[in-house]
Amino acid sequence: MKERKNARLILSLLGVAAIYFLGWFIEQRSGSKSMVVTVLQKGAVYALIAVSMNLLNGFVGLFSLGQAGFMLVGAYTYAILTIPMAKRAAVYQYYDGGWVQFTVGVIPAMIAAGLIAAVFAALIGIPVLRLKGDYLAIATLGFAEIIRAIVQWDTIGPLTNGSNLLKTYPTLKNIMPGNSVLFVFLVVGVCIGLILLIINSTYGRAMKAIRDDEIAAEAMGINLFHHKQMAFVISSFFAGVGGALLAMYQGSLQANSFKSSMTYEILLIVVIGGLGSVSGSVIASFLFIAASEWWLRFLDSEMLVGDFKVPLLAPGFRMVVFSVVIMVVVLFFRRGIMGDRELWEIGRRRGAKGGRIQ
Amino acid sequence: MSEVKNVLRLENITMQFGGVVAINNLSLQVNEGEIVALIGPNGAGKTTAFNCVTGVYEPTNGAVYFHGKPIAVNHPQGKMVRQYAGELANKYRETRPVVYSPDRITAMGIARTFQNIRLFKSQTAFENVLIATHLRRSSNLFTAAFRLNLREERRMREKAMSLLETVGLAEEADELATSLPYGKQRRLEIARALATDPTLLLLDEPAAGMNPQETDELGEFIVDIKNRFNLTVFMIEHHMNLVMDISDRIYVLDFGRQIAEGTPQEIQQNPVVIAAYLGVEEE
Repeated sequence: MKERKNARLILSLLGVAAIYFLGWFIEQRSGSKSMVVTVLQKGAVYALIAVSMNLLNGFVGLFSLGQAGFMLVGAYTYAILTIPMAKRAAVYQYYDGGWVQFTVGVIPAMIAAGLIAAVFAALIGIPVLRLKGDYLAIATLGFAEIIRAIVQWDTIGPLTNGSNLLKTYPTLKNIMPGNSVLFVFLVVGVCIGLILLIINSTYGRAMKAIRDDEIAAEAMGINLFHHKQMAFVISSFFAGVGGALLAMYQGSLQANSFKSSMTYEILLIVVIGGLGSVSGSVIASFLFIAASEWWLRFLDSEMLVGDFKVPLLAPGFRMVVFSVVIMVVVLFFRRGIMGDRELWEIGRRRGAKGGRIQ
Repeated sequence: MSEVKNVLRLENITMQFGGVVAINNLSLQVNEGEIVALIGPNGAGKTTAFNCVTGVYEPTNGAVYFHGKPIAVNHPQGKMVRQYAGELANKYRETRPVVYSPDRITAMGIARTFQNIRLFKSQTAFENVLIATHLRRSSNLFTAAFRLNLREERRMREKAMSLLETVGLAEEADELATSLPYGKQRRLEIARALATDPTLLLLDEPAAGMNPQETDELGEFIVDIKNRFNLTVFMIEHHMNLVMDISDRIYVLDFGRQIAEGTPQEIQQNPVVIAAYLGVEEE
């Protein structure tokens, strides 16, 4: 039994190494500006955010729609902390160079992005997590909208640059030039690894118990609020880190891009991947990004076959097709790609004797 | 009398939902090492009484003591002051209300099962029991996530497995809890409750849906675990054979009121109980 477990461990480590190598190799071959590299970058960023959302929606059963808000907090924290001193005057030109007059490194700034998002989550969680079901969704959605409005508020402009762009902070192009995919994969890999460790610990089991039956979980001595709050804070931490990565990917930052439609995109990824499956969320996010950024692009441009103009193909049609695909998934493949199982669990019995990961 | 320690004591408990009085002035006690049954027709308020003990409901009036310590004390408040239709509205007016959430009560040592089985449906039988060991953890999120609690984790798993063996479900450890037959699900619920290290076990209709043979086995099983884990058992049950076989004392509820109390023999001959169960013709 132990040997089989070790074999599985080695196998999964090899698998992870292969993915990293593939990411690195593709970037070396096709260059940092190619479409496939864009998909890998954005797909990985969305994978992290989708997994963080799945932690709440799929593992604790909290229907939360505040992800864009926490991403925004993380993205802004990262950008504000890393804009080089020399360029602050130019970026904050309407606000006398801004309040923040120091710069920190990329990694500390990413951790700070997660922590600030987590602090917001802890504060918001106190009133909001007492709500259930749809009410929680509405409250968290409201929070995300409020945050977006507050960030653009003129009075705190010296901090957030109001509704102007934040730019010139370190982006994927210049953090590890030529190895941007590897950088994103490393950060996302570490974060998802941490989430997996939590999910498979005794706390993760308690969270799944809450999802399955709140009343029974509470009767077994699980403090509902405490565990929900814990999951909410953890999820927001990683959404904050994901927001920082998204800021790096985009190259410039504006609050208006963090609309609720962004949360819905991530919710779709989670549902398509399967509620309660980390690997499902990862696979779905790469598929989703590849489809929306790449494979379905042709739908947005006019196409001529001889003299015949193919009907319907026009800017915006991509989103129509996309919506139909999503409706089909939700109607006929409700369990998503993976259901609530993991890629590495396929063909394995669960429980005491099957030897789940310690 | 002084040697008999009561584990659970309900004192003048009234539970009123809006204008409906579900329990009216119920007082009872469960002594250490006893098996006490709470019986009564459907809708008599038995499960409501359980919910008042386990913190699911806050009683409208009255007090609940566990090992002599108040775990729920309340008097009519707010709108209830005018609406209150139970008895002894003023007895607890001066007493400070006490409220504990269900998880705190379980932590004190009261475990329960549910009338309509509430297992964690996406989990295996083993995982269901394992989850209940979470309560007595000493690890925190950090040590648990980074696997610094391997010894505790192993202890949890061993405890869960041995409890499954105790209830005779070791073979089914890896089966999905909800795929088990009904009788086994009930026993799994008991194993899960035992994993929280209780001193008082509340069983809500443990024999519901079982055939006579299974019911007999369940009776022996309850006595067995009571002795093995030094428990006190308080149960709601409709199978009269089971109740009469294993209970030390019985309380009878009807329309929210206690109508009788006594040993199985006394209850069987009590005309009030017979009337409540079978009905009497109006003269």
